[in-house]
Amino acid sequence: MPKIKLPTKSPHIDMTPMVDLFSVVLTFLMLTTTMRQPEPAPVDTPSSISEKPTPDFNTMTLLLSKDNKVYLNFDNGPDTLLAFRPKILAEMGKRYNIEFTEAELTEFKKYPSSIGVPILKMKEFLDTKDNKQRLAIETGVPIDSTDNQLADWIYCTRTVNPNIQACIKGDAKTGFEVVKRVLDIMADKNVFKFNLITTLEAAKINLAEIQK
Amino acid sequence: MAEIIQEEKAGGKKKAKKHAPHIDMTPMVDLMCLLITFFMLTTAFSKAKIMEINLPEKIKDQNVEPPKISASRTLNIVLGPNNKLYYYPGSVKPEDFNSLPPLQETDYSATGIRTLLLERNRALFKKIDDFKNQVVTGKIVMVQDSVQKSISKLKTDDDTGPIVLIKAYKKATYGNFVDILDEMNICGIARYTFVDIAWYEEKMVETAAGIAPTTTPAKK
Repeated sequence: MPKIKLPTKSPHIDMTPMVDLFSVVLTFLMLTTTMRQPEPAPVDTPSSISEKPTPDFNTMTLLLSKDNKVYLNFDNGPDTLLAFRPKILAEMGKRYNIEFTEAELTEFKKYPSSIGVPILKMKEFLDTKDNKQRLAIETGVPIDSTDNQLADWIYCTRTVNPNIQACIKGDAKTGFEVVKRVLDIMADKNVFKFNLITTLEAAKINLAEIQK
Repeated sequence: MAEIIQEEKAGGKKKAKKHAPHIDMTPMVDLMCLLITFFMLTTAFSKAKIMEINLPEKIKDQNVEPPKISASRTLNIVLGPNNKLYYYPGSVKPEDFNSLPPLQETDYSATGIRTLLLERNRALFKKIDDFKNQVVTGKIVMVQDSVQKSISKLKTDDDTGPIVLIKAYKKATYGNFVDILDEMNICGIARYTFVDIAWYEEKMVETAAGIAPTTTPAKK
């Protein structure tokens, strides 16, 4: 019985539709993307039904990590020329008698993520380019009553940008003691309005069922 | 087209092949795969949402008395340790710390605190719900902004719903705090605020949760 001869040439697959599809997906992703900001500590925000989006500008974000460290982040304002971040750092430097160089201020301006460094180590933090070293320095902004740098940060931020809003981004497992401490510090500085950053979750309630 | 063929004939060159030259697209596909993967991983699709909260101002002046609220409408919610939730109605004075009312335990689920709050806030919640239904079915036509305004107007006018005081025991978590505030929004509670926990309330939580007291009560 003669064997069926299989063609030795590999079958040719037309990849054009695949390329088309990929192009569309790629274009979509490139246009819609907002880069996820790397955070110094992983934070799982709790969920709520709130549908208000986070404001883009004039925010001061306090990141409360699971191990009760506080990190701070500000934005540069609606116009990059305003450059709030270096101004805040310079203001902070004045209070602690630290002179920041131009390069350090620029580095602070560009730094994309939250920073949790005691102010005395800020110079070291900005000068090093090594991420591992940076991570070692980041021990959180001190919030003790003896060394309350968070209060100073808030004060400086509000002198530079009076329109700033406070956002709190906490992990669901963050202990309440540190949250309470932060809220107290803010209240001392006359900040009473907060935005709590949450993820959206749908909740349904059936009134008729409850009324039975 | 015709011209080209003519030229070819004239030059006596080889005839161009009929079928289009085949381009190997595999590297392009590879590259695109890589880019897509990169974008998919770095993209944050949904923007984070925010929940607003206003804290009461601290009374620094000793002569100013805190605002009085009616005890019958007050509901105290205490966030306990280990995701527990306690509540008691009315108010407790520091004087009767020997006969503290027992705390009732509930949880963060839909059958726990939500039922309780809706029970007490039924009149207002029904009003808001009816109003929303009328907007959805088209009986009332207005823009989204004024819908929000009307709802907050309904809330301000309300005088039957509970006044909820939220307190947190120190072992509670931030997640509990957000959960309870969220619950307030879900149930449409008009008046709620977050206040500091008093030492006798800490004691009540410790008794209810069965943990050893960690603070010595400030004797009066």
